[in-house]
Amino acid sequence: MIKNPWNEKLIFELGAPGRQAFSLPASDVPEVDLDWPENMRREKAPGLPEVSEPELVRHFTALSRLNHGVDTDFYPLGSCTMKYNPKVDEALAALPGFAGIHPYLPEELVQGALQLIYEMEAYLAEISGMDRVTMQPAAGAHGELTGILLVRAYHRCRGENRTRILVPDSAHGTNPATAAMAGYQVVSVPSDQRGGVDVAALEKLLDERVAGLMLTNPNTLGLFDENIHIIADMVHKVGGLLYYDGANTNAIMGYTRPGNMGFDVVHFNLHKTFATPHGGGGPGAGPVGVKKDLVPFLPVPLVDFDGKRYYFNYDLPHSIGKVRSFYGNFGVVVKAYAYIRSLGAEGLKQVSRDAVLNANYLMAHLKKYFYLPYDRFCKHEFVISGKWQKERNGVKTLDMAKRLLDYGFHPPTIYFPLIVEEAMMIEPTETESKETLDRFIDAMIRIAREAEEEPEKIKGAPYTTYIGRLDEVAAARKPELRWRAGK
Amino acid sequence: MYPADLKYSKDHEWIRVEGNRGRVGITHYAQETLGDVVYVDLPRAGDMVKAGESFGTVESVKSVSDLYAPVSGEVVEVNREVMDHPDLINKDPYGSGWLIIIEMSDPGELDNLMDALAYEEMVKEG
Repeated sequence: MIKNPWNEKLIFELGAPGRQAFSLPASDVPEVDLDWPENMRREKAPGLPEVSEPELVRHFTALSRLNHGVDTDFYPLGSCTMKYNPKVDEALAALPGFAGIHPYLPEELVQGALQLIYEMEAYLAEISGMDRVTMQPAAGAHGELTGILLVRAYHRCRGENRTRILVPDSAHGTNPATAAMAGYQVVSVPSDQRGGVDVAALEKLLDERVAGLMLTNPNTLGLFDENIHIIADMVHKVGGLLYYDGANTNAIMGYTRPGNMGFDVVHFNLHKTFATPHGGGGPGAGPVGVKKDLVPFLPVPLVDFDGKRYYFNYDLPHSIGKVRSFYGNFGVVVKAYAYIRSLGAEGLKQVSRDAVLNANYLMAHLKKYFYLPYDRFCKHEFVISGKWQKERNGVKTLDMAKRLLDYGFHPPTIYFPLIVEEAMMIEPTETESKETLDRFIDAMIRIAREAEEEPEKIKGAPYTTYIGRLDEVAAARKPELRWRAGK
Repeated sequence: MYPADLKYSKDHEWIRVEGNRGRVGITHYAQETLGDVVYVDLPRAGDMVKAGESFGTVESVKSVSDLYAPVSGEVVEVNREVMDHPDLINKDPYGSGWLIIIEMSDPGELDNLMDALAYEEMVKEG
């Protein structure tokens, strides 16, 4: 990464009074005094940036050069699935027929958009083994909440007031947060020696208070739980439902389906599985699929087809209601639809195959240098630990993550999952070449060597980035949350 | 690192018995594993807590973790100082970094906890 000579000023601090980046003809509309009440009038001018066009363009170009993204280099952020987003999907979503439509347009004028939602639902249902899917949730965590509200509505409709949701100790933090948000008591299920659900411990926790079990499979260790059928039977036996956290669906497409494993509710992260941009790159989408027993509770409207035309179906008397305005983040759905259509069934299968192959390739090379707590074939990601480096050289995982920046890579997810000390969670995704993977392996091996030979060097990293080691403690304890003029 | 006069839970809390009451905090191992603590969320005096259940959260730059009550009872005192200065948990986990005092409803629960030796053994095994 090149040290940027840019002078770090904010756009408000650039330019000069009266300078502007536009030139408009004089207004030919007479000024009108709107006679606003005194207390509603602004006392001072709003303090907008006053810069020329080149200043403006250079400012934002300089900022963009400080970014690291999948378009610049490798980004093995475990669980987040930072895969490359094909540009053709962006181009298709930007077509005026998609980008320019208004949610209040009558059905007959948006038949194409409705058809796309309808077909997308069919694709997602097929991929997951579910019966119906709602596109409304605006992100993965929102999908989780929607899914658990569906579970709650299902039990209540049957006159049951179940109070507990079970969540493995390796789960994404959103799982317990979701369950708590939906009013459930969260009960943690321990993992066994192989990194899966401890079935004996689960048995003890199961009773008629359990509304459901939330599970990611493969889990956050990147390991597939082969006991899933046993687990599903156990949960169903006490009347509970199985919720599939779809964050890791990119590992199993075309090989197995949550529906076949026994799950009742699924959420998808379109950005992780079907290559739409992540948060910050635009809005998200977290569609939720369900088995037929839960269909009556889905948010309204669903898109249906009467043989001639597509229409919004509001006829779901037990619906939990809307979870988002209109029909979800439609543009994101278009991008994922384009991705699915361009790859096809065989292509999606290959996505999963390559994601798993890449992860195992990295794991096989790195386990000689870093402690691997669960040494068996992984799926799309794996977790190694900086334990050896910490014990032998006093170098922590955080230090090694910072050092990776000097080698031009985004670090993996660190200190998660919580059940692995000094965790590094690495997910290469299917979109990386062998050359890129080899470069990353090389950097990691160098860092392992540096930890032994020059530990102090790693503890001070990064050195080549625009900003060096940040004081994360001060940032959390005394955050400066806004810019103040003249400070 | 693990004072002999304390009892320890598997969730890395310690308790110091003071008559019918118990003063509760997190262990040296817990604070070291968490890293710099930046925020603590504690119950209010008068709240009831149950052994093995969460009574608050502790947040470090790495993660947010639940705090688990080693015994059941009523919270009679909360360490205000540690809420304003969470770094006390790192600096002095068994002293000024204590969290709450519980009026124990069942002192018999103390028998479910570990002594210093057993806890140290557990931590070593990881």
